[in-house]
Amino acid sequence: MSSYSVTEPSLRQKWCAGVLVVLYALITILPLVWIIATSFKTPSDAIAYPPKTFFTPTVEGYVNVFTTRTRLTEEQLQAVGEPQTWYDRLVRKDGLVISGPSRFAERFTNSVIIGFGSTVLCIVLGTAAAYAFSRFKVPLKDDLLFFILSTRMMPPIAVAIPIFLMFRSLGLSDTHAGMILLYTAVNLSLSVWLLKGFIDEIPIEYEEAALIDGYTRFQAFYKVVLPQAATGIASTAIFCLIFAWNEYAFAVLLTSGNAQTAPPFIPTIIGVSGQDWPAVAAGATLFLVPVMVFTILLRKHLLRGITFGAVRK
Amino acid sequence: MAQIRIQNVRKEFGPFTAVRSSSFTIEDGEFFMLLGPSGCGKTTTLRMMAGLELPTSGEIFIDGEEVGMKRASQRDIAFVFQMFALYPHMNVRKNISYPLVSQGMKREEVKTRVAEVARILRIEHILDKPVGGLSGGDRQRVALGRAIVRQPKAFFMDEPLGALDAEFREHMAEELRALHDRMGATTVYVTHDQLEAMQMGDKIVVMNHGVVEQFGRPQQIYDWPATKFVAQFIGSPSMNFLDFEGMIGINGDSVDLGGVRIKVPAAREGRAGRLTLGVRPEHVSFRDAAAYRGRVSAVEYLGTTQIVTLATAHGDLKARISSAQAVREDELVGLDFDPRTLSVFDAESGKALLSQANEGVLGHG
Repeated sequence: MSSYSVTEPSLRQKWCAGVLVVLYALITILPLVWIIATSFKTPSDAIAYPPKTFFTPTVEGYVNVFTTRTRLTEEQLQAVGEPQTWYDRLVRKDGLVISGPSRFAERFTNSVIIGFGSTVLCIVLGTAAAYAFSRFKVPLKDDLLFFILSTRMMPPIAVAIPIFLMFRSLGLSDTHAGMILLYTAVNLSLSVWLLKGFIDEIPIEYEEAALIDGYTRFQAFYKVVLPQAATGIASTAIFCLIFAWNEYAFAVLLTSGNAQTAPPFIPTIIGVSGQDWPAVAAGATLFLVPVMVFTILLRKHLLRGITFGAVRK
Repeated sequence: MAQIRIQNVRKEFGPFTAVRSSSFTIEDGEFFMLLGPSGCGKTTTLRMMAGLELPTSGEIFIDGEEVGMKRASQRDIAFVFQMFALYPHMNVRKNISYPLVSQGMKREEVKTRVAEVARILRIEHILDKPVGGLSGGDRQRVALGRAIVRQPKAFFMDEPLGALDAEFREHMAEELRALHDRMGATTVYVTHDQLEAMQMGDKIVVMNHGVVEQFGRPQQIYDWPATKFVAQFIGSPSMNFLDFEGMIGINGDSVDLGGVRIKVPAAREGRAGRLTLGVRPEHVSFRDAAAYRGRVSAVEYLGTTQIVTLATAHGDLKARISSAQAVREDELVGLDFDPRTLSVFDAESGKALLSQANEGVLGHG
């Protein structure tokens, strides 16, 4: 006789669930593993068929993504002299010399400025709007909320041409401010709706208690509501950042030199002889890092329900 | 410590009127109960006194000063919420010291004050714990601590025991009353529980549909309800109503209930038409020779007393009598009503008619 419970899944069910989860995780992580592995391969290993599972790792891809290189003749190489640093030696194997830094670092910085800038703006505006919608009597509140949501009812790229023309006449094309504004506009509806849900969950009594304790409404918002909404703010920030960070179409369309972000730049990395796949993979791998770090930093807030147990429902 | 005066206060939420023209006075140091069913406007009245809602019209005086349109923080009052509303991201000590810190009080003084409050409430051992893990009673104490640490002019409490278990509620009610007696601070307490109101209050305001129905000491309200609503709301089982067509003249001291003369306190105002005789269950006694008869339809045993439901010519009637008395179902019994305790109501308006007995209570209010 085995004990039978209505609410607890049986051992077999648990096993099935476990296997499915692991399987799903493997499938989703495979492209990631492929990219990371490719970033450590040599160009010839990267395009080998069948693909090489085992190979001698090299950081050539990472050197290449940050540099531009030139092929020199024997005599010219003689003239340049012995390579000075480890990365000089690495490219010299293929008869190349480093002729200067690539634009990757610059593009990456653009991504950081635009991605985080629009996330911060989105959270600040979104929290304020969500708080107002949640707490105050706003005329036509439901219609306004619906209107805000409706901005996401078509893919943003559908309005690419008007935005392109607007940006051109406003002088926002290829500027950081323009891209921050654009990503904020696209993300704001998500931010307002998500945050309103979280703020609605915070009992209004906390603010009333703070008001009676001698705080102004803004202080009550700042000292009582914001800490309570931390979980919601963190998850909203992650969503906003991921969108702005990964956005490709608008970045291709609206940026070229000054404010180009990493996504449109990475595929354009071309080696000295043919497409440099390890460098592309290295760029993509590095590109993943900030979002990963950001998510890991905020994970604590995502998992911890800080209002738990403080109010008896 | 302060007197609180409410004058013609009215509150509308759009087309809905939550409170229509309330007036009453809470004396300094009183434990004052706002009692009524849910939706009667008692919480709205309290929130207007606290400054969490602004009155549509009317005046609110705290300590002689008109505060109706002032911010909550400028009224020097403390509020205890039903849900406690302890700041969940702070521990007990921070919760209690929060109102003092907001006033910019010195660290040392905050520390002394918090320690003193913790001692009074016996929560010294939990001061450094997060509020999340506390039991209902401890949370209630912390919420009280946050209120009394301010030493405000008045305490406002919105069903503070409503979230507690029944057995603990009794204990906290005693504790709360003892705390009030020691501090002597004016306290306004909202509840829908008539027992709680009578047990703890110095004075009670009974509200219904945004109107103050009656205002007075618990015993006055229980004995001499101003309206049928109050009579029914207070007391369990509630007052019996015997509806009849009849009349009572000024100084008349009896009514004719289906041919039986029932003695009542001498009337101060006369009325003819549809009237209602109000009898508390404990003022009904059984006497075989009595002219007014009823048939026993149910008996509820309650330990020392029993509640007997009787069918009479004027509707069902409940009597609270000693359990020692043997009662059989379907038995026909004679009923006596204690003539000093009866109220006569105008059935149309629901208002009690003034009599020699209740004029002291109802005459001026």
